Amino acid sequence: MSKQAQHWEKTRGLLIMTLAIWFVFSIGIFLFGAEMNEVTGPFGYPLTYWFTCQGSLGIFVILIFWFANRQEKIDEEFGFSERGDD
Amino acid sequence: MIKGNFIDNLPKVYGIYTGGFLGFIIIMSIAEQMGMTAKTIGICFVAFTVAIYAIIGYLSRTAQADAYYVAGRQVPTVFNGMATAADWMSGASFVAMAGGIYFKGYGYMALLVGWTGGYVLVASLLAPYLRKFGCYTVPDFIGTRYGGNLTRFLAVVVLTVASFTYVTAQINATGTIASVALDIPFQYAVYVGLVSILLCSMLGGMRGVTWTQVAQYIVLIIAYLLPVFWISNRMGAGFFPHFMLADEVARIAELEQQFGFVANSKENLAMVPKGLAGITKAHSAVNATPWAFISLALAMMMGTASLPHVMMRYFTTPSVKAARKSVGWSLFFIFLLYSSAPMLATLSKLSLIDPTLSTGIIGKSIAEVQAIDWYQNWNQANLMFVSDFNGNGTLELNEFFMGGKAVVLATPEIAGLPYVISGLVAAGGMAAAMSTADGLILAIANAISHDVYYKIIDPKAETAKRLVVARVLLVVIGFAGATIAAMEIQGILGSVIWAFDFAMSGLFFPLVLGVWWKRANREGAIAGMALGLISGAGYLIWVRNGGSGFLGITQLTFGIFGSAVSLIAMVVVSLMTSEPSAAVQKMVDEVRVPSGKSILGKQH
Repeated sequence: MSKQAQHWEKTRGLLIMTLAIWFVFSIGIFLFGAEMNEVTGPFGYPLTYWFTCQGSLGIFVILIFWFANRQEKIDEEFGFSERGDD
Repeated sequence: MIKGNFIDNLPKVYGIYTGGFLGFIIIMSIAEQMGMTAKTIGICFVAFTVAIYAIIGYLSRTAQADAYYVAGRQVPTVFNGMATAADWMSGASFVAMAGGIYFKGYGYMALLVGWTGGYVLVASLLAPYLRKFGCYTVPDFIGTRYGGNLTRFLAVVVLTVASFTYVTAQINATGTIASVALDIPFQYAVYVGLVSILLCSMLGGMRGVTWTQVAQYIVLIIAYLLPVFWISNRMGAGFFPHFMLADEVARIAELEQQFGFVANSKENLAMVPKGLAGITKAHSAVNATPWAFISLALAMMMGTASLPHVMMRYFTTPSVKAARKSVGWSLFFIFLLYSSAPMLATLSKLSLIDPTLSTGIIGKSIAEVQAIDWYQNWNQANLMFVSDFNGNGTLELNEFFMGGKAVVLATPEIAGLPYVISGLVAAGGMAAAMSTADGLILAIANAISHDVYYKIIDPKAETAKRLVVARVLLVVIGFAGATIAAMEIQGILGSVIWAFDFAMSGLFFPLVLGVWWKRANREGAIAGMALGLISGAGYLIWVRNGGSGFLGITQLTFGIFGSAVSLIAMVVVSLMTSEPSAAVQKMVDEVRVPSGKSILGKQH
């Protein structure tokens, strides 16, 4: 398999992992919104309420930075990272 | 004129700017103590900030195509993040979001999840690849990837439909704020707003818009956070509201139990002025079905990833790597405001409904409430209303009505903050609406000038002529938007949500599959864009005219139907027709690799 094909396979793997985490916190947990809201979440807010106003939002921020770092590592591994500034 | 080393000095420049703005707030509060009237303070805030944006717009003027279309591709990640956040957060986010949460609770908060979760799709599926492509506009990518003028043209059509729906709401918002702050009639205020918007974008194009958007972000985030923290501290709710309002949320739930949600009769509701609502839904309880919540969130997420004015912000970064990081920063800066909106809604609601607080009005006598200064002000502004439906002389929960905007606009006054804060909030709302309007008008004008005029009509046009066409279009589209805004067809938020649905119906799958599915071809893309947009729009018209809809898809989520049709059409038609040429397949391979030259040249 060519270097490029391997690079793309890893990139696709990372995409699937990223989208899986995204799915859990944007859609998955809200299937059980009513049940989850009975639980007390961080800082004492009802759990589902907390996810809608802070939890999911914050997780998305972290997820994007995590994804960007992983993708950079993949690019470096195959020598596809860009030269110069950013 | 901005020099090359301007980029290196950015932190210093905007640091001084932020300090200057804070200094201005302090001067205004001293002026208020010395007896400056509320009206003068409002005018000062709006005029001062708009003047600054205009100066930045003038300093960013340019005669080069790549500076005009993509800010010279040298915007650093963090600053591009701020600019995107301002581009993204509209007048609706600023003025109406806390109100939506206040009145509708959980069902509405799907928008918070949707408008942030979409950025994960932007970062992972699209932004880095479109940056590598090196396009000026979103239709530029579609037109080059799939080939042919028809694909390019259809992309421009979808872009225009979605962005135009959105921009009228933004011009409307600038007009509303300008009319209140400057005390002029709305029909004129709309055009005052429009002129302010054009001052930022006309001379410098994307470069001007970028640097004004950073300035606008700083104003809008200070204007949103300062009151939230101040009110929270003043109410003794906690010095850092985001982590400390659990007791207040629980107290609201307790009061809801105590008061109960009493339904009003039709005759009584007919007395309530148009646009005002009462508290009829629980604050923190789950009050929507899973599908209602998820479908709305999903539509907003896919819409986010298809809206061209957001995507084109990532064309301005220096590299592919920077584009990815920049999406993260964008969402971080958006998060600062979005996570504060529910806190503001909580503080606002509790301060009004808790009888044990001095600001609480529920349980007081109607006459007493009607005598309060701020009630009279906001009642006059048509944003507050009480009526003694049951005739017991006491204000009940179901007898109090408020406009959605009042949560942001009136809460500082109710909590007893000085008027300088209200002036600041007006400047923030103006900044939010202007920055989004600028991004949208520029997206439409650029698509028409670059993709329709330069790429289809006159490919030999010189740069100077292209930029004249681009600027004329900017003005024409701005005026068209303002004229429609003056007619006020749909409320601010309704048309914002439609824009997301239109964009996802026509563009989501053609964009995503363009990168991720090599087999996608021209015929498939044409079918995907045309059928997606037509079926989405058809569904909207059907439901608006009394159609029952299906699968729980409403007029707010019609994009789910449109994009499903788009996906099926695109896959089926692509597979029925021949695969893309070897050259196109090689192009897709190159897009997938971050290093190397961009597909389209630096000047194209």
